Amino acid sequence: MRADLAIQAEGLGKQYQLGRFQGGYELLSERIAKLMNRGGNGKGRERFLALDDVSFEVEQGETLGILGRNGAGKSTLLKILSRVTPPTRGSVRIRGRVGALLEVGTGFNMELTGRENVFLNGAILGMRRTEIMRKFDDIVAFAEVERFIDTPVKRYSSGMYIRLAFSVAAHLEPEVLIVDEVLAVGDAAFQKKCLGKMGEVTREGRTVVFVSHNTAAIENLCRSAIVLERGQVVYSGGVKEAVGVYMTQVLSTVTATSLRDREDRGGTGAVRLTSFRVEDDAGKPVVGARTGETCSLVFDYECPSGSPQRNVLASFAISTATGAPLILHRTNFTGDDFDVLPPVGSIRCTIPRFPLIPGTYLITTYIEVGGELADHLTVAAQLDVEPGDFFGTGHTGIAGHSPFLTEGSWSVSESV
Amino acid sequence: MSTELETRTEPTEAPPSTVAPEVARLPELEIKPPGRFSGVGLREIWAYRELLYFLTKRELQIRYKQSYLGFAWALVQPVALTFIFALFFGRLAGLSSEGIPYPVYALGGLVPWIFTSGAVAGATGSLVTDANLIGKVYFPRATIPAAKMLSLVIDFVIAFVFLLLFALVYGVSLHWTAFYIPLLLALDFAVVLGVGLFFSALNVRYRDVFVAVPLLMQLWLFVSPVVYSGALVQGWWRYVYALNPMATVLTGFRWALFDTHSPGLGPTLVSTAVALVLLAGGSLYFRRVENYFADVI
Repeated sequence: MRADLAIQAEGLGKQYQLGRFQGGYELLSERIAKLMNRGGNGKGRERFLALDDVSFEVEQGETLGILGRNGAGKSTLLKILSRVTPPTRGSVRIRGRVGALLEVGTGFNMELTGRENVFLNGAILGMRRTEIMRKFDDIVAFAEVERFIDTPVKRYSSGMYIRLAFSVAAHLEPEVLIVDEVLAVGDAAFQKKCLGKMGEVTREGRTVVFVSHNTAAIENLCRSAIVLERGQVVYSGGVKEAVGVYMTQVLSTVTATSLRDREDRGGTGAVRLTSFRVEDDAGKPVVGARTGETCSLVFDYECPSGSPQRNVLASFAISTATGAPLILHRTNFTGDDFDVLPPVGSIRCTIPRFPLIPGTYLITTYIEVGGELADHLTVAAQLDVEPGDFFGTGHTGIAGHSPFLTEGSWSVSESV
Repeated sequence: MSTELETRTEPTEAPPSTVAPEVARLPELEIKPPGRFSGVGLREIWAYRELLYFLTKRELQIRYKQSYLGFAWALVQPVALTFIFALFFGRLAGLSSEGIPYPVYALGGLVPWIFTSGAVAGATGSLVTDANLIGKVYFPRATIPAAKMLSLVIDFVIAFVFLLLFALVYGVSLHWTAFYIPLLLALDFAVVLGVGLFFSALNVRYRDVFVAVPLLMQLWLFVSPVVYSGALVQGWWRYVYALNPMATVLTGFRWALFDTHSPGLGPTLVSTAVALVLLAGGSLYFRRVENYFADVI
């Protein structure tokens, strides 16, 4: 391996056997049944290539971004780099100690106190005990949980819990750091702090591999990136171009595939969105929303089980075409969670006086049933916004200076 | 003012060298498809000994958090069983206890047996309980069942001290052969480790194991001299009986402490051989499948 490289992956492949991969473990009786049937029909197991001939190099001190839609193989690649699972083909050489952060708070135990969890989690992430002791005060201070450090974490608020968990991870000091999406947690201020910490890490000359759906974060932290599609590298090079390739990919799926057929989704599948449309004030389908006018975003869904689902939270986010977040709406913001969701139907969110200026936006959807993720589509649909008369004056705002329009009135009064 | 500022700016940086000299000395790791045999991996477990320590500590902390009796629970099971066994098998059925009070005799067998069955059963479910860890972080997987077993060693030590006090109260004096106890424990650990690793790995693939193991442990209890004396088995049968290494562990344990009948050299060698086969088989099977735990669990 060349001396200036930190990571060199050559021809990586990972094959899963479908039955095993999706169903997880098998019952002994199933195994026995399979053995009995052996020789009967040859097809039995379906194979699935999660990664196919993936090669790339990362230089010492470089930060590489990995982009790709759900199911493109990003997680599998990270799992191989962090040695959670071995490849079926090919090899990776890594120079230096590897630290992997595939999740925040892995191994945190609710019954243990913050202090106990810091040590346990640190050890799980590969830190030495002396190293944890040395950094302990910094970790606690960064998480801002000093007062509660000897309280069991089950009594923490979710924000405190996540801050502490992230803080342990942020104090890892391996030469090669592998990070998955973990920044998508916590409140905005803390996210910013974490991004700052990540920036510090990259400036310190450490090698980082970073996966995120947040293209803005990727552009911020990385100079180069690779784009994965169906387990293969479809682009490798500068981050700007990579984001471009990724966004084209995303848009092409959105327009080409109906929601029903999308496979790049997460969640249990208890509810599945099948289509999206925009309706106007009168409930008539329209091409897009119109600035300043009432519109409804309508998501048709079905519950594959055929029975109604209880305690359903629905949510969607609108972002710019480059992925910068703009609007988030959730049923629990407005106290509108659905107690019962009929087996087939439409979920509707009505927005009076639509505030975004004309342009093309992206919609990401997220549905929870009983607190468990049921359906998640990163970029479920494209939303077109057409010019409208927001202020009732005929003025449509000035593009590029105000992504949003808000109501307001001007007046002047004379000081006496 | 401005000139001052300018003169104070950093000295011109040295041209960035392409590779810092320390980089070349970093350890290099190669990740590739695993071979069929990869050794037992003791060196790696040693490298992760601190994780083993923290996982063991976690087991103890969770088990005894918010518990009023705390570590006294380590005594509840052996004492309760001793009471029942003494009543039914000692008093009513009148089983032989080789001249020492039956309660002491029963507890002498129950203390190592409860450790053995608890450690095997605990290890069996341990990997699945920590599925989340296995899917997200790399470390030698054997640390998880090992931590479970180690945490039960603490319970065993408490129960063992209690056993010694219990014997004193009944006026049973200890014999010099008690110095053999560490060897017998080594034999017991070999069995526990081999069987525990095997079942824990098998349970990742087949959840049936977790259901079957408690039943298996009950059957194992009755083919081991816990309730009754191993002296019931005579002649050639002693060698057959010794194919169950727990027969030697339990008979030996009582022999060492109370000078009851000895397991005999021949049967002990048979048991040792079986225990080593179990240990080797269990750990090799574990090593062969541990790479794929994250995919299957």
